[in-house]
Amino acid sequence: MSKKFVLIFGIGFCFLSLISCNGSGDDKLPVYGEINVEDGDSIFHSIRDFSFINQDSQVVNNASFEDKIYISDFFFTSCPTICPKVKKQMLRIYEAFETEPRLEFISHSIDSKRDSVPVLKAYAEKINISSDRWHLVTGDSKAIYDIAKDYFSIAVEDPNAPGGYDHSGYIILVDKDRHIRAYCDGTNEEEVDEFMEKIKKLLAEMDKK
Amino acid sequence: MFKMRRILVLGIVFLVGVLLFFISSCSPSRNQGAYLYERDCSSCHMPDGSGLGELYPPLAGSDYLKNNQGKLACIIKYGISDTLTVNGIQYDVPMEGIKKLNEVEITNIINYINTAWNNQLVEQKLEDISLQLKKCN
Ligand code: HEC
Repeated sequence: MSKKFVLIFGIGFCFLSLISCNGSGDDKLPVYGEINVEDGDSIFHSIRDFSFINQDSQVVNNASFEDKIYISDFFFTSCPTICPKVKKQMLRIYEAFETEPRLEFISHSIDSKRDSVPVLKAYAEKINISSDRWHLVTGDSKAIYDIAKDYFSIAVEDPNAPGGYDHSGYIILVDKDRHIRAYCDGTNEEEVDEFMEKIKKLLAEMDKK
Repeated sequence: MFKMRRILVLGIVFLVGVLLFFISSCSPSRNQGAYLYERDCSSCHMPDGSGLGELYPPLAGSDYLKNNQGKLACIIKYGISDTLTVNGIQYDVPMEGIKKLNEVEITNIINYINTAWNNQLVEQKLEDISLQLKKCN
């Protein structure tokens, strides 16, 4: 993974230590990212507005995840490096939460040239996922690269990287208010195990309200 | 004087020993096959050889692997773009060859996948793999 990634990720998440130092003691997941104060109110980092197209040619936007939490990652179908491993772990989560209607998935293709809707559809069929719960989306490549930053993920074209794109293998958990609440290295099975515990925690948090 | 020399000799022996230890523990040839599999194959075929859905076929318990031992070297070096049937499932995504691997490395990878995950297939000899590689088309 690139140095750029380490840098951005590092800056993005050093706030974690700040937040966790408050040690409020309750069991809530932290809210990651920069916090701005405006008129005395804390504004948490959140995911911007977006609108993409999924494997069934359906529009996916913020409203698609209303009152839901979701998991996000970045990939491309012809990726020869980390993506298949990340997909394998995402599938593990997808299957573990099969009966949980409040959890959905979005995988952003960073290769809008090759990953057309039919290519995404074929990919979805081969890993046997349904767009009811898991959207493989494509869209304007700049919009995808930009939104990657909101998810603290790297997605850039890089002719020197295997397959032509450089990107991070992180899996990100977003709550119903568009805040990032957990993340893990999607190639690391143990980290994904812990991540699944965090998903349960976030669902429990929703139950309370 | 005599004592000094003994200390010197002991010191040198000790240093050589430490050096040898480091060389042997750093060299990947200990289990080169496992190392190369992790580096060049596991991203698609997964560390446990289970593959991914109908995109990437499994190597663990693969009937194709068992029945096509003679083709493995060429598949690894030059890739394959047929429709393959592995354990009853069809795969048609092409696999690119990994051209940088030499015949020793390929032999080690094959012997790793032939014996990992309970595969229990016969190990291949370097001579046979070199011959196969000369006849790839
Ligand atoms: C970028 C993904 C990718 C990588 C990396 C990769 N493979 Fe493959 N492999 C495939 C695909 C896809 C197929 C199916 C090819 C087809 O259908 O024509 C395949 C097929 C095979 C097969 C025959 C089918 C089976 O399951 O028995 C073997 C053996 C194999 N690969 C071994 C390897 C080895 C060894 C390596 C590492 C040196 C490797 N592969 C690296 C994607 C990959």
